[in-house]
Amino acid sequence: MANLTLVQAINLALIQEMERDDRIILLGEDIGRNGGVFRVTEGLYKRFGAERVVDTPLAESGIVGTSIGLAMAGLRPVPEIQFEGFLAPAFDQICTHAARMRSRTRGALTVPLTLRVPVGGGIHAPELHSDSPEAFFAHQPGIKVVMPASPYDAKGLLISAIRDPDPVIFFEPKRLYRAFREEVPEDEYTIPLGKARVVTEGDELTIISWGAPVVQCMNAIESSGKSIELIDLRTIDPLDTQTIVNSARKTGRVVIVHEAPKNCGLGAEIASRIMEHCFLYLEAPIQRVTGFDTTMPYYKMELEYLPEAERIGKAIEEVAAY
Amino acid sequence: MTTRPAADENLAAKLPDETLRKWLRDMLLIREFEVRTMQAYQNRLIGGFCHIYVGQEAVAVGALAALEPTDPIITAYRDHGHALARGMDPKYCMAEMFGRIGGCAKGKGGSMHMFDKPHHMYGGHGIVGAQCPLAAGLAFARKYTDEVIENRASTGVAMCFLGDGALNQGAFHEAMNLAGVLHLPVIYVVENNGYAMGTSVARGTTMAHELTAKAAAYGIDATSLDGMDVMEVYNGMKPIVDRCRRSVQPAFVEARTYRYKGHSMSDPRKYRTKDEEQQYEAQDPIEKLAGFLMSERKFAEADYDSLAKAVRTQVREARQWTDLSPPPDIEELYTDVYADAWGPYHGTSLPLMMKDTQQE
Repeated sequence: MANLTLVQAINLALIQEMERDDRIILLGEDIGRNGGVFRVTEGLYKRFGAERVVDTPLAESGIVGTSIGLAMAGLRPVPEIQFEGFLAPAFDQICTHAARMRSRTRGALTVPLTLRVPVGGGIHAPELHSDSPEAFFAHQPGIKVVMPASPYDAKGLLISAIRDPDPVIFFEPKRLYRAFREEVPEDEYTIPLGKARVVTEGDELTIISWGAPVVQCMNAIESSGKSIELIDLRTIDPLDTQTIVNSARKTGRVVIVHEAPKNCGLGAEIASRIMEHCFLYLEAPIQRVTGFDTTMPYYKMELEYLPEAERIGKAIEEVAAY
Repeated sequence: MTTRPAADENLAAKLPDETLRKWLRDMLLIREFEVRTMQAYQNRLIGGFCHIYVGQEAVAVGALAALEPTDPIITAYRDHGHALARGMDPKYCMAEMFGRIGGCAKGKGGSMHMFDKPHHMYGGHGIVGAQCPLAAGLAFARKYTDEVIENRASTGVAMCFLGDGALNQGAFHEAMNLAGVLHLPVIYVVENNGYAMGTSVARGTTMAHELTAKAAAYGIDATSLDGMDVMEVYNGMKPIVDRCRRSVQPAFVEARTYRYKGHSMSDPRKYRTKDEEQQYEAQDPIEKLAGFLMSERKFAEADYDSLAKAVRTQVREARQWTDLSPPPDIEELYTDVYADAWGPYHGTSLPLMMKDTQQE
């Protein structure tokens, strides 16, 4: 066991997978000599060489498209996009090719690609460097979408993502990169995609979240003094409906927390599924604590925009008292 | 970067009779297939959209002849010709158009879905130019597998076909730059048929009179050749393929060609004249090769007729096979979206074509 940050846990997962499987090739802007914009791939260029840790031009569509070609031919590319805002230039390749190749070829060709993307706000960055676009990709059949909220989960989920036969977008919450350390086994282990984690058990209220806000939820729960069940989705698509439903039926009160804007955010999908499966169990309307329906603001206002513990605490009070 | 002459010598003229006859047969097959496809589309037996390759046959046949059969190829949506020239049995191609389970993509994709993994044909893609980075990746994969996994010299070349309209897409330029910077053995073959849908190449792109200029900024060798003559295509392409393979570098080729039919089946062709169409049809690639074989290789009218008859029979049989193949079951909607079965998804399987190939 080692006490690792989320960055270190991902770095370790990459090293172990690359040593296990020489089909794995990393591509991205400044990931090689420079170790990546967030230093996630630090040391890998030296360890595995320029052939396997490939510094690419600044060209997101080209990086993702080339990675798809590599995957179609049987390799296991793990490209990095520097910030989630830069997914926009690669959107065509992700949705036109990565997500559809198995379907378009009806099983003949597959794209075992893991696209690593730092995501979300909270690091004093501007817009396009602080967004939460996971709902765009969850809406597209054919890709899986993962977002860990802890170093332990990051390692296990990344290994699962790399070994998955389908394309996975692996969102890494920047705010958690170095926020805290956690015991992470040095041996390899996997955490299955599509399975949520029950962070704290409780019977008064359920909170559902993923990524960086999970930490804010934990703080809010601690201040509330209530028995609250916190679910960290870990995988956004496939969504672990069963874990959500079990908890909502138990507590009858649900708060959903995410950084992305509220309108058409994943909170809406989750609330809808709860309505389909738990209507007669609910004691209160479901509340969503989210980013606002506007562009992610500059850093002076970002903590107003993000779902911080105080706003979550207020929702807990309202839903519990309803 | 150099712009090379189209061909130094007539390599095709030195090839044996059977090779040139095969080219003629392939071009005849594509034309017969496309004519029957058009008829079926007009009779509403084929849906979706349909882009016909008639007139451009020499490009696919001549260019693929310069490759090894294991070199990966990829193209955009005008893809039936490339699939047939690569060796796809026309029955799988026809069944795909008709939306039958026997199609190469289980009849769930149609005209733009010509995939043939056993023949290293990677599609068939619907977004103009977006296949270009994929081709860079296919080339990269061959190079990486040889050099890093197998620890030997790179042996492969990937070929990416695109239309002149794709020259204006960002993905093309990103791919060219990546191929140049990463030394990828990929050949971008622009089939310049003069029109991006209804917009002439001169109205749609800069340096239209010299498309090889597009490659100059990327330091990529470029060649322009006559795409209406299969022997010229081969003569130009063979040295390029050999050079790319040997030096592990990309190349860019413009093949000047013409599509006799509209962009798609519903194109009124207001952007060009009947005279222009007739001028190109008068230099037909099939007639040209047949003429060469007759004057130089003791090829008789009767030989031509027997080839033409053979491909008519082959396409008729493909059509009959298609008629016997049922449409996909409704269950197929949720098959092949993901490998695993979860939620509504049933997991994945292989198209009949690949099951057939595996049994062989």
